[in-house]
Amino acid sequence: MTELRTPWSLTRRLQPWRVLLYAALVLLAAVFLLPVYVMLANSFKPLDEIRSGHLLALPGQWTLAPWRSAWSTAQIGVQATGLRPFFLNSFLVAVPSVLLSTALGALNGCILTQFRFRGADLLFGAILLSVFIPFQIVLIPMAKMLGALGLAGSLKGLVFVNTVYGIGFTTLFFRNYYAAFPAELVRSARMDGAGFFGLLWRVLLPNSLPIVVVAAIWQFTSIWNEFLFGASFSDFSSYPLTVALNNLVNSSTGVKEYNVHFAGAFIAALPTLAVYLVSGRFFVRGLMAGAVKG
Amino acid sequence: MKAGWLPRLLLSPSVLLTLVCVYGCILFTVYLSFTASTLLPRHEWAGTAAYTRLLGLENWKISANNLAVFASLYIAIAMALGLVLAILIDQKIRAEAVLRSIFLYPMALSFIVTGTAWKWLLDPGVGLEKSMHLLGWQGFAFGWIKDGDMAIYCVVIAAVWQTSGFAMALFLAGLRGVDSEQIHAARLDGARTWQVYWRIVLPQLGPVFVSAFVILAHMAIKSYDLVIALTNGGPGRSTWLPSVFMYQYSFTRNEMAVGAASSVLMLLAVGAIVLPYLWGAMRSAGGRHD
Amino acid sequence: MKRPLTAMALAMALATPPAAMAGQSVEVLHWWTAGGEAAALNLLKSGLEKQGVRWNDMPVAGGGGEAAMTAVRARVTSGNPPTAVQMLGFDILDWGGQGVVADLDALAAREGWDKSVPQEVQKFSRYQGRWIAAPVNIHSTNWLWANRQVLAQAGVTAEPASFDEFIAAARKVRQAGFIAIAHGGQPWQEAIVFDSVALSTGGADYYRKAFIERDPATIRSATTRKVFQRMAQIRSLVDKDFSGRDWNVASGMVIAGKAGFQIMGDWAKGEFLNAGKHPGKDFACYRFPGTQGMVAFSSDQFVMFRLSDAGKAAAQRKLAAAIMEPAFQSTFNVVKGAAPARLDVADTAFDECGKKAIRDVAEADGRRSMLGSIALGHATAASAKNAIYDVVTRHFNGQIDDARAMAELASALAD
Repeated sequence: MTELRTPWSLTRRLQPWRVLLYAALVLLAAVFLLPVYVMLANSFKPLDEIRSGHLLALPGQWTLAPWRSAWSTAQIGVQATGLRPFFLNSFLVAVPSVLLSTALGALNGCILTQFRFRGADLLFGAILLSVFIPFQIVLIPMAKMLGALGLAGSLKGLVFVNTVYGIGFTTLFFRNYYAAFPAELVRSARMDGAGFFGLLWRVLLPNSLPIVVVAAIWQFTSIWNEFLFGASFSDFSSYPLTVALNNLVNSSTGVKEYNVHFAGAFIAALPTLAVYLVSGRFFVRGLMAGAVKG
Repeated sequence: MKAGWLPRLLLSPSVLLTLVCVYGCILFTVYLSFTASTLLPRHEWAGTAAYTRLLGLENWKISANNLAVFASLYIAIAMALGLVLAILIDQKIRAEAVLRSIFLYPMALSFIVTGTAWKWLLDPGVGLEKSMHLLGWQGFAFGWIKDGDMAIYCVVIAAVWQTSGFAMALFLAGLRGVDSEQIHAARLDGARTWQVYWRIVLPQLGPVFVSAFVILAHMAIKSYDLVIALTNGGPGRSTWLPSVFMYQYSFTRNEMAVGAASSVLMLLAVGAIVLPYLWGAMRSAGGRHD
Repeated sequence: MKRPLTAMALAMALATPPAAMAGQSVEVLHWWTAGGEAAALNLLKSGLEKQGVRWNDMPVAGGGGEAAMTAVRARVTSGNPPTAVQMLGFDILDWGGQGVVADLDALAAREGWDKSVPQEVQKFSRYQGRWIAAPVNIHSTNWLWANRQVLAQAGVTAEPASFDEFIAAARKVRQAGFIAIAHGGQPWQEAIVFDSVALSTGGADYYRKAFIERDPATIRSATTRKVFQRMAQIRSLVDKDFSGRDWNVASGMVIAGKAGFQIMGDWAKGEFLNAGKHPGKDFACYRFPGTQGMVAFSSDQFVMFRLSDAGKAAAQRKLAAAIMEPAFQSTFNVVKGAAPARLDVADTAFDECGKKAIRDVAEADGRRSMLGSIALGHATAASAKNAIYDVVTRHFNGQIDDARAMAELASALAD
């Protein structure tokens, strides 16, 4: 990790500072971990322990029953299927959407930075501004559009919607990254006669791993956790995990099985957590490489 | 290099989709705000009736107020905390990767999960307050979430927790891109650490501040799921934000025109804040190559 | 006794090979995602499956149907409506007015729904005279639930006969060391309490004039002020952590013996039964003091959307018929805690609270004192209902006083 070290950090001579530093970091880390600790600890407790005890305590009696229930036997609707059947739907929506929106972002980023044409800045501004649109606004018009395209209620429709509203962010990331791209590489490639695709394929993309990771992580997280489109544009055959989790946690009757809710929330969050934990390093590297510079 | 037809053609699907699906929807919303729409869009002109009603609604005043409080606190604290975390982590720490993951992981969680976890934590009857009492600290009181005046700060807490890790990642990347030559020169001149930070590092982080601001502002506006999961807009209506207002009036109260009017006002507010940033970004000729 | 339609359907189902059965399916959008309600809905599902109709479940929980209503909007706008959607009160009529619902008149005539469903409930099942929805039940909101042991320990021996007696009893419970009234601080729950207090204070005529007919003079009367005063009295008897609490958690407080009373609709009974408590012995179901003979009702109904596919429409009619079957109405509502939507269903399977509910509905229907619940959208349409929520919840949370509450109520009901 030598390339990430800064040359001017506090020197090791200042021992008390470092002790303070570590103490501060550990305290902050504890605060950050508190909610997830609470969720995890309480998901292994039987329900009466939750009711009678308090949430910071470790389980007196460890049980996996809440996890089993959340996975395969909890009531999601009329059926008691747990969250398992809905994972596939969420993957089938998230993966293609991430691939498509990232690819389009890379394409757009390349075009907006390597070519001069009138209105390029305006177009970028328009695309950038589009990330601010609250999804509730687009609900009704998009429903009409999906209906007209014959995509209503299907996984393809969800992929379409998530891709469209992901283009803004991915374009932002790639455009800023390619704007900081070394000009000499581009120039020499052009002098060698590279056309548009040559430039993209052979020069830009091979050096884009960090930013691809940033865009993919960001998109995957957003789409995996997305609820409004998932509930509104799906039907019984295609509704994703977030809707199922909502049904598990927000049902209006019955005993509130908090332990099952927490286990379920954790299960639903596992893919995104895994993505962040595994590729966190690339995430920072990608940001460092100019993903979101001004 | 001047663009030929190919790049323009390849850019057009995205432009077209954005134009139709984003700006088209915005225009449609503006149109709706001037109609008499209730349950579903109704193509009956109503002039500025929706806006008049909107501006007279107590719920809107509460929402707008809350957004001002929430957004300013949330963005300021998340940026400050992100910066502090980044500076701390940047100090050649052992276990940097672990610590970074710990601060970054809340971004992986959906707002629903965050809201539910914090709702529990902040509930005086079952959460922190009760735990502290059971652990012997009887005087501890933290019932903000049940208090109409303080509940909005609970939303700030949950939101800061969720996204300050991302701000940290942005600042960390920025810190590591700071020009080391200037630092060396300053240190040779005898500058102290805080002076180095204040005069050299922070100014160079300017663009990062702006980017962080854009991302955080976007989160603040799209905070519907978090509020609903955490407080459901309560106690009473005291944690309503414009996103909640919009949803409620468009979908729950069957007053789509009023919901549309609130969306228009919100978009204008967003535009007012983001457009200057865009202007600045475009003027600095964001790196087009010839 | 088999109805002609179901007999025919059954014959068809038996006659056709299993593969062909896959043709008929219904997609139902609802928010009964757990507990007794989901179990009860399962009965409908298995009943339909026996008739060869596949049940495609589309549950969307949250907010008493808020998220579901948003999903319906998108589904209908995209031209892909579900077969049936669970809805309450004026929402049904609002959708009826959009011209996207099915016509169930033929089925209704054949099955005689006109005669068996109370007129007040029919007002929501029919749009401009045409049947568009099948009611599943008649809930009422003006109930008082009590833990008998807590009451006994507090020295409360008799059912409170009036509002003042109720307050006195609640104070006794508090003095005995319990929480007097278990309340969940959510706008709709405060509105449920409001239903009962308004009905108790002003009676059926006041309630109807003020909240259904929206007569301004009645709204701005001394009765309304008294209603708000009484709401404040109730506010003084709940515990400090009431804000945001879910209704079933509040029921849990009564079940566990921490609190004495809960003012809640009859779906609360399901919580008590699930916890193994017995009506009469462990818990009591009283009509809210002062409201005997009146029913502030709410009826869950499945609205049928117009489908272009003939096969799907046929399945839809089977669903509607199955919902209205007396046998189903009985089994479902025994679990759900409500009275059946039909007046001609025998009450043999119901427990004593259920029997009381059925009796009260019959009495109120006869006396014309069946009044739509304000809280559940059966007195006013959505925008006024939510405006009333705003007033009631802000008043309950102490943010506005009685006089201002009355003024805001008047403007809420004025649009």
